[in-house]
Parts: sequence; C-alpha cells; structure tokens
Amino acid sequence: MVATSPAAIACSGLVKSFGDVTAVAGLDLAVSPGECFGLLGPNGAGKTTTIEILEGLTRPDAGEVTILGKHWGSHERELRARIGISLQETRFHDKLTVFETLELFRALYPSGRDPERLLSDMSLEEKRDARVGKLSGGQRQRLAVACALAGDPEVLFLDEPTTGLDPQSRRELWDHVEAFRAAGRTVLLTTHYMEEAERLCDRVAIVDHGKIISQGTPADLVASLHAPHIVEFASEPMLTEEDVRALAGVRDNRQRDSRWFLSVASLVDAVPALLARLDQSGAKLVGLSTHRATLDDVFISLTGRELRDE
Amino acid sequence: MSRSSSALAALTKVRLIEFVRQPEALFWVFGFPVIMSVVLGFAFRNRPPEPVPVGVVEGPGSSPVVSALSKAGTVKPVAYGSLTDAQEALRTGKIELLVEPGAEAGSEPTYRFDPTRPNARIARLEADNAIERARGRADVVHAREELVREKGSRYIDFLLPGLLGLNLMSTGLWGVGYSIVTARMHKTLKLMTATPMRRSDYLLSHIFSRFFFLILETAAILAFGVIAFGVPVRGSLVLLTALVIVGGLSFTGLGLACAARTATIEGINGLINVVAIPMWLVSGTFFSAERFPRALHPVIAALPLTAMNDALRGVMLEGKGLALLGGPAAILLLWGVASFTLALKIFRWQ
Repeated sequence: MVATSPAAIACSGLVKSFGDVTAVAGLDLAVSPGECFGLLGPNGAGKTTTIEILEGLTRPDAGEVTILGKHWGSHERELRARIGISLQETRFHDKLTVFETLELFRALYPSGRDPERLLSDMSLEEKRDARVGKLSGGQRQRLAVACALAGDPEVLFLDEPTTGLDPQSRRELWDHVEAFRAAGRTVLLTTHYMEEAERLCDRVAIVDHGKIISQGTPADLVASLHAPHIVEFASEPMLTEEDVRALAGVRDNRQRDSRWFLSVASLVDAVPALLARLDQSGAKLVGLSTHRATLDDVFISLTGRELRDE
Repeated sequence: MSRSSSALAALTKVRLIEFVRQPEALFWVFGFPVIMSVVLGFAFRNRPPEPVPVGVVEGPGSSPVVSALSKAGTVKPVAYGSLTDAQEALRTGKIELLVEPGAEAGSEPTYRFDPTRPNARIARLEADNAIERARGRADVVHAREELVREKGSRYIDFLLPGLLGLNLMSTGLWGVGYSIVTARMHKTLKLMTATPMRRSDYLLSHIFSRFFFLILETAAILAFGVIAFGVPVRGSLVLLTALVIVGGLSFTGLGLACAARTATIEGINGLINVVAIPMWLVSGTFFSAERFPRALHPVIAALPLTAMNDALRGVMLEGKGLALLGGPAAILLLWGVASFTLALKIFRWQ
C-alpha cells in the first residue's frame, strides 16, 4: 500500500497487558482519510482496548499511535477537538434532557455543530426535551453518536455502536454513520456483527487474541476463502467426515448441532455430488440450505471458531 | 465569553440541573435540617425545672419528712413501704435520693445516694434544706435571685449553628461524592475526558455549583432558625457568609478527595461514612465537644466540623469578630487546601 497522504489513524507494534492477560499483542493499523474501517472480532479479542489506545484514553505498554499525523503525547488538546468518540455502553446524566446533553457536549468543544442540527441529523427531534433516562436503547445510541459529532470531528471512533440494538435501530444508526462517511470523514468502528462490517466498512481487520489475523475489503476477505458458497445439510444417519471431504469442490467442512457446513467453490458441482453420495450410502436427507459466504465464514476458516459464541 | 469559561458555565449548569431534578437531594439539603431543628428544638425547649424524685421509707417518722419535701417544691417525695423496695428504686434510677427518716419523729435521717450523679447531689441539698427548715432552722443569708432566660443560651441556640455546620459537611461530602462516582461508574467522566474539556473545569464546576447551593441552604436554615425560634445572629453577617463559604468549600474539597479514586457507590458510601460519622459524634453538633476527655480535645478541635461549628457559634451567639475566629477559620482553610491538593493529585478520570 502506498501512503500518499498521512493516514488518519495509524499505529504500529501496539502491546497492552492487564496483569497476566495480554489484550493487545503487537497490532499495526493504517486507516486512510475518508475511509470507514472496521475492527471485527469476537468479544475479548482486544478490540475495545485497541480503540481506546487509539483514542488516547489508554496508554499502550509499547507501540506508537498517530492520529491525523500527530501524537497523543504532544498534541492531546488539538486532537481531542478534532475527533469524536462514542464509548461502549456510556450512560449520560439521566436527569438531563437530550437537548441539554447535546448543549453540554457542544460547549466542551471550541467549535462544532449546532445542537438543534445534531438533533435533526440524528433523528432525535421528537425526543428533544425527553430525559435521557427515558430513552430506548436505539435512541440512547443515537444520542451517543450525536455527542461524538458535537465538535464536528474529522475522525469518528465508535466502539460497538449497535450492540444490543434491534435490527430497525441498527439500520437507522448505520444510515447516520454512512452519512458521516459520505462527507469525506474517517470512521473507525469495532463490531462483532459481520453484517455491520460488510454494510459499513470500506476495509475490515479481523482481530483475534489481540492481533490482526487478516485485513482487506469485505469482498476480498470473502474471496480469499476460494469458496464463496456454504452448503448446510443434515441427514440420517450423518455422513462421516471422510464422506464429505471426498465431495467435489469442498474446501472446508465443520459440524455443528448434527449439521454439516461445507465451504464449496461451486454449488452446481457440490450439491449433485452430495445428493449422489447420500443416495449411495442410503442416508436420508433431512435438511439442506445454501448461502453465500460471509465474514463469519472467513473468521471461522481463520480461527476454527465462530465470531459470535451463542 | 471565552471557550473555557463557556465550558465551565455549561458544566456548572449541568450540576445545578442535576441537583434540582433530584427531589430526594432537595429534601436532605433543605428539609432535613429544618425538621431536625423543629424536633430537637421542641424536645429540648426550656421548661421549668422538673422536681427531682426522692424516696422516703414509710415509718413512724416519715409523714413530717414527706410533707416538708412536698412543700419545698424542688423535689418530689415518693413513699415506699419497705426499705428493700426503696433501695431497688434507687438502684434502678427511679429516685435520685433515698431518705430514711429514722425510728421516730425528730430522729436523725439517713440519706442514701450516688454522689457521682449530679441530680442526686441536687436532691440531697434540696431535701436536706427542706427537712432542716421544717425543723426550725433559720436562714442566715437571704440572697436576691435573678433568673436568666436569655435568647442565645437555650438549646436551640446551641443546636442551630451545629445543624448548619453539619449540613455544610453533609452536602459537601455527599453532593460532590455521589455525583463524581456516578459519572465515573456510568463512564460519563471518561467520555468527557475524551473531549477537549479542561479537567480543572470539571472540578471547578463542582465547586461553583456547591458555592451556589451552600449560600441557598445556609440562608434557608438560618432564616428558619431566626424566624421560628428567634435564634440570634449577633456578629457580622458578612463574616458569617465568609465563614460559610470557606467552610462549605472546604467540605467540598473533602468530598472531591473522597471521590477522587472511588469507583462504586458502596465505596463512596463507606468512605464518606468513615469521614463523617466521627465528626457527627465528636464535633459538638448536638452537645458540646467539651464533654469528651481532655486528652482528645486537641484532636477534636482540629477537625473541620468542630472548627465550622465553633466559628458559626462564635459569630452567631457571641458576636465574635474575625480576630477571635482566626483559629477555626485557619483550620477550615487548611483542610480545604489540603483536600483539594490531594484530590487533584490522585484523581482518576476513568
């Protein structure tokens, strides 16, 4: 990658331990201006520690961070005015109204967006005078993003912005993040929802055990599997691993809850082969479905584990 | 308005809104001291002295003794059928003094009492006087008596400045402590440090909002005391205001120091109780700190609540000026400066 302009967010060799636990184990990252970048990984992968180091809220044990080409140590006040941050699970003062909260955050920045405009930008006009304590989860998250936008930042950090939200609220929030990015601003977000990463992010880094194990555009990552389809089936009796591995075009296989999941290069090759094999062994097919491979499947193929451990 | 001052104004406004929208906090700050002073003011209002109960063992010589005691009015004779019953009553404190009138009328009586009880000694003097007079003693000295029941020497006069001091301490500790620990628990504190907010502005906003409320709460309690009970304010109001501000801010500093690193509500509860309860007890809010052993006096005098109470009583009841109150004022100032410095040094922003 050739860096023409300085990266909006860059770090190298980040390490952070809490006692015996290594949360971040040597992490390098470069996010270009105007890019929406996602840190995707399961809970406990080190995403929050990483983003808080980048936000200048946690000091790394080792490694270097630059934001907009500047260091936290020497330019903290300037950087604070140029970035916006939404932390995971912040609770605002319950007794304040939405508007009063926005006014407060606006007052903390030297310049920024008008609180009335933030209300309409984040679709919170109806809740203008509602107490923060009475908001729904989705409204509260929109308020958190609105507060992060109060200083009209160049870079926006969002730590799990949609965790715990219903699908409708999640999609609403995505629209607002997309609007921010469409204005040419930079976004770094963490998530453990692959749909979120696929929908919002130009590039994604998959994080596991405090390290980036793969990064690229969502499409490139999925393509790297060389198996764009997943065939999921169950039969009675179950086929053995030897059976499924022998099928045409199967790149990878795993079993879960008495179902096989096969990563295949081509459906038209794999499905007839599977049916023929079942017929041959006298097993009865009790369920069959297919889907396009996603970042979830990328994560599974990289780590052998699921992104979300349900 | 410069940027920093507008941030400080916004932070202070939030503190004020937060407080006003908490009915329970309003009650503790304004309602509680008023209720306290009403209840205690009535419970300890000045009444004519109660006659001290004196037991008399019934026998041949008892009736002139009983009638002499009743006539005196300062003691209340209680007759007992047997010596055992009377001794039991003395032991359990139902009577302060036991008089055994002797075998026949006119014989020498015996007094039984516990000399460490002040009331027992009073009872002995009064009973002895009454019996001697009844038997014909002529008083040699006839002193003139002038009864003093002046405002300023009643219990409520002593109590109200103490309640003011106590209130300044409680609101300083709890008001600041809870607000900061809640902000830390909810991560609002961390989120605000992620903005260009000056950290000193955050701490100053607590001090300014406390300043605002401590003036209001003092005025309310003081007005109540003056109007309802006629508690005097003999010294300068300017000095009183200055002392309230110095004391109030000193307790705010203590509140900041308590909340500087505490991460849970249980933690701040415990810490503030450890700081406040000893002062509740020893700093002379409800009764004079002089009653504690002499060896403890220097320690008690060095506590901020003692200094606050002494200063308030000095101005209100004795009309002292700054020259005479320099000691307590210096103690308050010292506590304030020390606790602010400590709070700034150890404050945890996350």
